[in-house]
Amino acid sequence: MGPLVPDIISNEFNLIVALLVGIAFGFVLEQAGFSTTKKLVGLFYGYDFTVLKVFFTAGITAMIGVVLLAHFGQLDLDLIYVNPTFLRSAIIGGAIMGAGFIVGGFCPGTSICALATGKIDAFWFIAGSFVGIFIFMEFYPSFENFYLADNRGNLRMDKYFGMSKELFAIGLTAIAIAAFYFTQKIENKLHGVKPVYPKQKIIKYSVFAAIPFVIILFIAFTPSSRQRILQKAEKNKNLKIAEEITADKLAIELVNNYYKINLIDLRSPSVFNEYHLPLAINIPLDSLLNREWKSYFTQKYKTNIFYADTATTTHKAFFIAKKIGDADTYILVESTAQFKNLILNNEPLPLSASKNEQQLHQYRTEIAHTIL
Amino acid sequence: MQAKPFMNPYFAGFLLGLVLLTTIYITGRGLGASGGTKSVVTALVKTISPSHYANTAYYQHSEAEHPGNPLKSWLLFEIVGVFIGAFISGVISDRVSLNLEKGNGVGNSTRIIAAIAGGLLFGIGSQLGRGCTSGSALSGMAVMSFGGIITMLAIFGSAYMLAYFFRKLWINN
Repeated sequence: MGPLVPDIISNEFNLIVALLVGIAFGFVLEQAGFSTTKKLVGLFYGYDFTVLKVFFTAGITAMIGVVLLAHFGQLDLDLIYVNPTFLRSAIIGGAIMGAGFIVGGFCPGTSICALATGKIDAFWFIAGSFVGIFIFMEFYPSFENFYLADNRGNLRMDKYFGMSKELFAIGLTAIAIAAFYFTQKIENKLHGVKPVYPKQKIIKYSVFAAIPFVIILFIAFTPSSRQRILQKAEKNKNLKIAEEITADKLAIELVNNYYKINLIDLRSPSVFNEYHLPLAINIPLDSLLNREWKSYFTQKYKTNIFYADTATTTHKAFFIAKKIGDADTYILVESTAQFKNLILNNEPLPLSASKNEQQLHQYRTEIAHTIL
Repeated sequence: MQAKPFMNPYFAGFLLGLVLLTTIYITGRGLGASGGTKSVVTALVKTISPSHYANTAYYQHSEAEHPGNPLKSWLLFEIVGVFIGAFISGVISDRVSLNLEKGNGVGNSTRIIAAIAGGLLFGIGSQLGRGCTSGSALSGMAVMSFGGIITMLAIFGSAYMLAYFFRKLWINN
């Protein structure tokens, strides 16, 4: 599951990834024509909208790809970097960059491509950007207040508008396609071309334009792999497939084999903090599928024992845990309160109790004494 | 030799999107460009004037965040890659040649001064905007970052608004 850094690819090797990714990035930018100011600046005078077409298509492709990978459980969106929003500096910084674009003819990435293909003006642009960055860093104290003002955190568009990711993706894709259509018209008009579109070409472009919508609708109307596991768990919550452990047995384990078990409390953190069994850790049922807990359910050294307040919770958790990995897993038959009453707050027995009952009582009291 | 035509822009955009997606999948972050330049400037300051480097808050701040050699930065390695990739592409398509590109009716020195000024503005702007067209706008769009998309609108909005005043640099009228 992505991102692969740092678990599967180390931070050191990541630098090699950077070089390889950069090569692909530079190659595509140059092939698209981004190494010449004529194409880049054409966007702002209406004679060449290549930049818009490439830029928007790339953004949409990557955006839909991210949502699609997350849908299939291949990418953890919680671990993806979302550039933070400092609203004032984002707008003013952008406006200054826009001025730099129209005056200099490049942006930083494209200036590197232009330099690589021998453009002398790109060399001077890059020299200028060195100076610009130097100025910013030297005079940072005077920028600082402005730079840090109006912090909105790692805000995402869909959250800002209070819509789903899928709806935002559809909206942005629709805007992009409309922009492609109208800018092409402007471009044609400016060049005085009256293009004839053969039917075949129209069909081809329509199919390509439909593909992103089909993918987004697929994502929106099919359960994600995470949802599918949760749904199945919900369906199987009454099937008694889980291996069970009784309160007395758990008590013995806690005394003698506490280093061989993970006692997992499935309840919410607030309830957990109020009271939990000795040595228990808290993994609420909702977050069982989160990546940070994965190692608990895939390891082979310790036995996981779930407990909660209801049997359906523990059964669901058992089902989910077995989907994640094949670690040894048990559920506690009794609820939290039952375990507490039975073992830890062992009420004195009535005098009429049998010998067996007395022995058990004695035993439980000793255990409670050891655990607490 | 005649330079080969550019790639279909939609296809190029699709490929670029896949490169960006691969980057996010592997590293959890997007692409960038100005960040690489920043590492070089930081390293230059550190080499040329270590005492100034040690006494300036900003450098110390970034040193604390990224300890070690400033040149050992992901974005700098990526930028070196961009240079190599663009060069390979240029060679394949016969587009590599040493020349100063400029609009008709603009002198060499005007073009050079404008390029320096543009770079300077982009340098300052990219620091304020926490990334440039690649790092903030494009990568921001891929992860639906509010700030990234706002910065993108600001970049292109401002360039359009100013285009009229700088038309003599690029077009003949």
